[in-house]
Amino acid sequence: MATTTATTAPKMWGGGKSPFNVEYGKVMMWYFLMSDAFTFGAFLIAYGTTRFSANGWPDPNKVFRSYPLSDVFHKPLPLVFVSIMTFILIVSSVTMVIAVQAGHAMDRKKVVRNLVWTIIGGLAFLSCQAWEWTHLKLDEGAWWGTHPFNNSNGTIGHQDFTNFFFTITGFHGFHVFSGVIINIVMLIKTLRGDFDKRGHYLMIEKAGLYWHFVDLVWVFVFTCFYLI
Amino acid sequence: MEQHTTYSDVTHADTHGGGSKEIWRVTIILSVLTIVELLLGFWMMDMDPESFLKHFIKGVIVVLMLAKAFYIVAYFMHLGHEIRNFIMTVAVPMGLFVWFIIAFLADGNSFKNLRNEYNPEYKERTTTKKAPAENEEAAPKEEKKAEQQ
Repeated sequence: MATTTATTAPKMWGGGKSPFNVEYGKVMMWYFLMSDAFTFGAFLIAYGTTRFSANGWPDPNKVFRSYPLSDVFHKPLPLVFVSIMTFILIVSSVTMVIAVQAGHAMDRKKVVRNLVWTIIGGLAFLSCQAWEWTHLKLDEGAWWGTHPFNNSNGTIGHQDFTNFFFTITGFHGFHVFSGVIINIVMLIKTLRGDFDKRGHYLMIEKAGLYWHFVDLVWVFVFTCFYLI
Repeated sequence: MEQHTTYSDVTHADTHGGGSKEIWRVTIILSVLTIVELLLGFWMMDMDPESFLKHFIKGVIVVLMLAKAFYIVAYFMHLGHEIRNFIMTVAVPMGLFVWFIIAFLADGNSFKNLRNEYNPEYKERTTTKKAPAENEEAAPKEEKKAEQQ
């Protein structure tokens, strides 16, 4: 719109252009993410409410202190494994931001490189989560419906601790998985030159929004379950 | 798909002011916030769970978490560079969360207090140390726990 008129207020909702100067698909992605934020928020607040209503709750530092080969080293280290997972996701978010930025510059090779790193990060996170789940189920007997971890006040473990853990990390992991799939599709399209043909890399930006949302949710899940 | 050509010059204009420098600055901020959170987590690990200090540290961690959320949304997702009205359409509904969280946590807490007051058997059962040992499952206690909910 090289000949845009100066006033924005009367023209903004006049039709023919996005009132927010944002492409339609991007606006819709934002609003989808808002709905997803409320879903995750509802899950986490349900967890908080249950925990606030309980007299006893397992201590996460006693529950989550394993990492691959920790039984070989005989040294439990709380918070270490989940910190690695958090940094993996943050770094994959950074590579995604760089990919989007490269898209603005129409630098196809740089977009490909950073998308690949983002996908690798996502797969690494999923592997870590899979290991965590496997360890908890096979070594501790934890699953939906079981309560093998005692509360910190010495009473029998609250029956919803594992329910919430597996439901929320599972729902989040499902989002990471779908995000990886979306990123792989974006990578294939980039390699095929679809975005060069289109003249813009807006799709990468929208996929980026989804990926950052996944990272953002992990920030909240990690803090609520492992830290506080 | 004509709309894309209408918007392409819009989106390539200065709505995305973030450069490489800003990305690295925000990355470092996020990393530092995460490390501080983890250090606080380690520090409060062996504290008495009922102590004021532990609760205070948990509050600090929550504030740091909100700061991380702000940086991710504003800079990585570029919401901070969009038109103000658009930012509002996203940020204002999120404000509902403030009351959502306060109301439900207060509700949970109230439920606990009322239940402890009117159900002394429950209170005794869930506050008296009975579990045999760490991570050992006590079979006879299971049906008592099943009745609880």
